[in-house]
Amino acid sequence: MNFITSFLLTVGLFIVGYFGSRLPFVFGLVIPYTALTLFVLGLVCRMIAWARVPVPFRIPTTCGQQRSLSWIKSNNLESPFNLLGVVGRMFLEVFFFRSLFRNTKAELYDGTRLVYGSNKFLWVGAMAFHWSFLLIVLRHFRFFTEPVLPCVLWLQDLDGLFEIAVPAFYLTNFFIVAALGYLLARRLFNPQVRYISLGSDYFALFLILAIALTGIWMRYIDKVDVVKIKELVMSLVAFAPVVPDGIGWLFFVHLFFVCVLLAYFPFSKLLHMPGVFFSPTRNLANNNRAKRHINPWNPEVKCHTYEEWEDEFRDTLKRIGLPLDKAE
Amino acid sequence: MRDTAKVIIGILVFLVLVTTPFWYGKIAAESGKPPVLKVGTAEKECVMSKDFMRANHMDLLNEWRDHVVREADRVYVREDGRRFDKSLGNTCMKCHTDKKEFCDKCHSYSGVKEPFCWDCHNDPNAR
Ligand code: HEM
Repeated sequence: MNFITSFLLTVGLFIVGYFGSRLPFVFGLVIPYTALTLFVLGLVCRMIAWARVPVPFRIPTTCGQQRSLSWIKSNNLESPFNLLGVVGRMFLEVFFFRSLFRNTKAELYDGTRLVYGSNKFLWVGAMAFHWSFLLIVLRHFRFFTEPVLPCVLWLQDLDGLFEIAVPAFYLTNFFIVAALGYLLARRLFNPQVRYISLGSDYFALFLILAIALTGIWMRYIDKVDVVKIKELVMSLVAFAPVVPDGIGWLFFVHLFFVCVLLAYFPFSKLLHMPGVFFSPTRNLANNNRAKRHINPWNPEVKCHTYEEWEDEFRDTLKRIGLPLDKAE
Repeated sequence: MRDTAKVIIGILVFLVLVTTPFWYGKIAAESGKPPVLKVGTAEKECVMSKDFMRANHMDLLNEWRDHVVREADRVYVREDGRRFDKSLGNTCMKCHTDKKEFCDKCHSYSGVKEPFCWDCHNDPNAR
């Protein structure tokens, strides 16, 4: 049900984009600027909101030995005790999804025995998807920069390494579709995952799949005038918009999907992109024992120390002959 | 978390990343407008319509190459009956004489690398 609703929603967006190509001013200018504004403001507000949430204690969900005595071997990556360790852990998390790498599956054997095993498929799928997405977005900078950034050209060569067909077939195009297909299939065919899958889980996958497929469609099949598109994009980027005539309808569908993605981003699970940097279990060093962390917004507690108490009763204590820390 | 400074740096990095195309455009100080291409010709029209050629010329060239190289089929008959020699050097570049001012300019604007036409062909008009 969730699956079908999300699918139909995506088809609906396709139709809107298709008719939108008749209103190039709205779909080539107004909607992209609106979506980008929502994306940027939405993310900034989110980050500020997160930053205001109190995290009084370090939450060391670690899987390595923390630093203690010098003769106990500690693991600065799995249980960081300094900034270097935290940066290392964060780097591996952001670029290589290290915690997903530890993904396990639980299965009943002979109907009675619960067995846990390693399961790397999700990690492979996630890596293939995210890296392809990143490379595709970086390659798109050929539309956003003039003169085109040299590293973008270099990426293009690498991605089109096999020089199959004209225009060159990109490996990332294959990988992103295959990976999204796997991620969708996982939600559909694995009963446990299907049970917890919501409409928004499917929608994110469908939306990105739709972006990728319309892009592939317009690159290899129903070709568009790339120069006009770059003219439009460069004018948008410079905030001096001109919408040239004669851009193919597919481009507007592609762009509309991207706009929906941008606008939807700050309100969806896709927020895990900035969110990973705000994860207390990843970004705090596990040094609870080495350092005293005083909660900065603790109210001031009025206390009466032993020194003060001694001062107060010094005369009495002296008279009855009890030992004192300070004689005077 | 109350790591105000770190969060502000993070937000600034995000804003800079999102706006790179804008800053890059400012620094590169290019107009970002498409190049004006030079065509030196008496012909008034191309083999196909301009709109078709702008988006699909690579397909046409590829098709012609296959026909000529694999099937020795050198003549293209257009819908209106006009005949063209399927030849990059003799047909296309008769009008689009200047590779640098035509092919290269547009390819460089759209970030397309030097196509493999030139692996075999010489630029017939290059001195
Ligand atoms: C989330 C962001 C985006 C994703 C994931 C995406 C994905 C894709 C994919 C997979 C392709 C197929 C060819 C290739 O890989 O280069 C493509 C092509 C294309 N995309 Fe995107 N796209 C995105 C954003 C944009 C934006 C913002 C624009 C322009 C404003 C754009 C314009 C184009 C154009 C013009 C093509 C055709 C390229 C060609 O004919 O060579 N895309 N896109």
